[in-house]
Amino acid sequence: MKSISIKNNQTIPLASIPELEYSTFLEENVFSLMKSGGSHCVNYYGFPDEGKIKLICCIAHDESNDIKISSCVVDAKQACPSFTKHNLVFEKFEREIHENFGIAFTDHPWLKPVRYPFNRFDKNSNVDGYPFFEIESEELHEVGVGPIHAGIIEPGHFRFICNGEQILHLEIQLGYQHRGIEQLFLEKKKLLQRVTLAENISGDSVTGHSVAFVNLWESLCNFQPGRDLQLARTLALELERIAVHTGNLSGMCTDVAYQLGSAVYGRLRTPLINYFQKWCGNRLAKSLIRAGKTNFPFTPELVSELIILLDEYEKDFEEISEELFSMPSVLARFEKTGVITTEQASTIGTVGISARMSAIERDIRSSHPHDLYPELQHQPLIKNHGDVHSRARLRKKEIDQSIGYIRQLIKVLPEEDNKVARLSCPSPDSFSISLVEGWRGEICHCAITDDKGELMHYKIKDPSFHNWLAVALAVRNNEISDFPICNKSFDLSYCGHDL
Amino acid sequence: MLDNLKILFHQGKQYIPDVTTVIVPGIFRGRPVISSEKVNENELVELCPTNAISTNPLCIDLGKCTFCGECAIASPGKIKFTTDYRMATNDRQKLVIKEGEDEIIELNPDLIRKEIYDYFSGSLKLRQVCAGGDGSCEMELNACSNVNFDMGRFGIEFVASPRHADGIVITGPITENMAQPLQICYDAIPEPKIIILAGTDAISGGIFKGSNALNRSFLSKYKIDLYVPGNPIHPLTLINGLLGLVKKRK
Repeated sequence: MKSISIKNNQTIPLASIPELEYSTFLEENVFSLMKSGGSHCVNYYGFPDEGKIKLICCIAHDESNDIKISSCVVDAKQACPSFTKHNLVFEKFEREIHENFGIAFTDHPWLKPVRYPFNRFDKNSNVDGYPFFEIESEELHEVGVGPIHAGIIEPGHFRFICNGEQILHLEIQLGYQHRGIEQLFLEKKKLLQRVTLAENISGDSVTGHSVAFVNLWESLCNFQPGRDLQLARTLALELERIAVHTGNLSGMCTDVAYQLGSAVYGRLRTPLINYFQKWCGNRLAKSLIRAGKTNFPFTPELVSELIILLDEYEKDFEEISEELFSMPSVLARFEKTGVITTEQASTIGTVGISARMSAIERDIRSSHPHDLYPELQHQPLIKNHGDVHSRARLRKKEIDQSIGYIRQLIKVLPEEDNKVARLSCPSPDSFSISLVEGWRGEICHCAITDDKGELMHYKIKDPSFHNWLAVALAVRNNEISDFPICNKSFDLSYCGHDL
Repeated sequence: MLDNLKILFHQGKQYIPDVTTVIVPGIFRGRPVISSEKVNENELVELCPTNAISTNPLCIDLGKCTFCGECAIASPGKIKFTTDYRMATNDRQKLVIKEGEDEIIELNPDLIRKEIYDYFSGSLKLRQVCAGGDGSCEMELNACSNVNFDMGRFGIEFVASPRHADGIVITGPITENMAQPLQICYDAIPEPKIIILAGTDAISGGIFKGSNALNRSFLSKYKIDLYVPGNPIHPLTLINGLLGLVKKRK
């Protein structure tokens, strides 16, 4: 056996993960496991192990609904042939491993820094010395934007190479937001601290990351959450999806100067996030999700408020959406702008809406369902053109779908589980993986415990990790003035990437 | 055009008429009140994820608090979070809520520099810098200018360039990788200028306190003009704090 097959939120003994020779490890992950179209790499990372580096690769199979895990121990000083040469989806994972441990991948196209983490291997490299791709020509010019941007958003640096107004090439340099979260997961020992960390990974995906963490933690502790907890988590994820998609449509209207759309979607988001405040006291759902319990039960009063909220929301949402998607001046900016073809998307391995807008049916809710998603029998919505318009339409359709799911979920409210089941300690010497389809795409958390059941390693992968390259490719041959709308239509996370 | 007018009409009135007195919906956790009930205080200290609780007397430091509410759930008779969102102040000590205190947090007029009223009472333009913020405070800062909160009516706006700004609003725990860009941005703002820390992460580092990836040395160099607690901040906390800062004649 060259890999072990596990389900989402399953905990296994660390020793049960097959440890392969590097050549077999490469062969297995690059060729055998990635053969079918429905397989994608959800995480590939390393951690120090007795003076060497242990690599763990997790390939999810969408058809068989499982994840194949394999591992390999390498010496950091020894160069290895790269996975990337054969499959580009590993490109960033190998850069990350190189940045953290100094492993040289011999035939990798360019082992550029990913995020300049504080514990990087090469302490001499730093964030203002990033090696940008350059083209020498008297006819071309470069435009640098950021790290601080014009609006109130997170920092990141964009370097354009332009031919007149046309973008030839864009390179995105990240890392400014690096807070050392993965290390803090090990240093902060209290469960409440860790769930707070999960909530603060990315402020627009609070429920996405906190559900990923608590599902993983409960799996490590062999705790089966009651139906009430699962309902709350599923609802929170879908509500977050509606709220963020709505806010994003507002931002897209701003970027094409459709003022009314911007104001209306903006104000439609307000009651949604205020609903989280009614439920848990925080507009962005921080404090709502807890491992093994909930502090804020989903009550019948909350159900009736939610029904009214959705009815009112839907009326105004449909009205403005109908206007938006039939307005020639908006369509002229949305259509055929920032295109990512299906081929490009599968080559670079995009996830979430960034994959579904290019006709790739990638959605954890249907392929690796957790909480109450198995009951919903989720069918991923897809669009085919991969342009700004596809991303906007997909958001609109996903909002409608999520409203339907929420109405279905709250028809019958489960009994509140009053028995207080205490969370036990995490299993020792174990590996666990948790996948969640946040509004942006698949979130993956992996944990490894030591012989006492203490966290030994924690790895977080935000969907933005896969998708930033899509932004850089989408703007090629577009006018530079279309960059803001392209960027907003992907709406990726800087802090989720930089952690 | 007619469709757009119809949509406009259907929205009704969305703005909050009085941002100083409006009641926020639901169970918002604002300024806490600590009673004199006898409880095991060490348990509360131990519970808090960010060491915001200290004893003798029992205090909660809103500059460190993530407003998770766990302490109030563990000891409902002892700690209660009110829905009072007016928590911003220019006096760091006022963020420490002591047992038995139940007063509105206000700005300390002695600490407001005279030029703030002279220059900024009619118009205040701010440049925001996110230095490791998770995007939540940033979203709430954006919300300050939406049709509901409409901060623009007070002449307070966010601008794109530090050259156009009268001050800086910092969010996030200030990462090492953002330390230099933050300094460059601050230096580019013309004098006189103010500094506002928005959110628990900015004020104390929050849950990220102690991380080796942070560099908070910027903060030790300058006087902070306004602390806005919250995780994330509530738009009303910021707006009320700013009104207190610029609208009061000294």
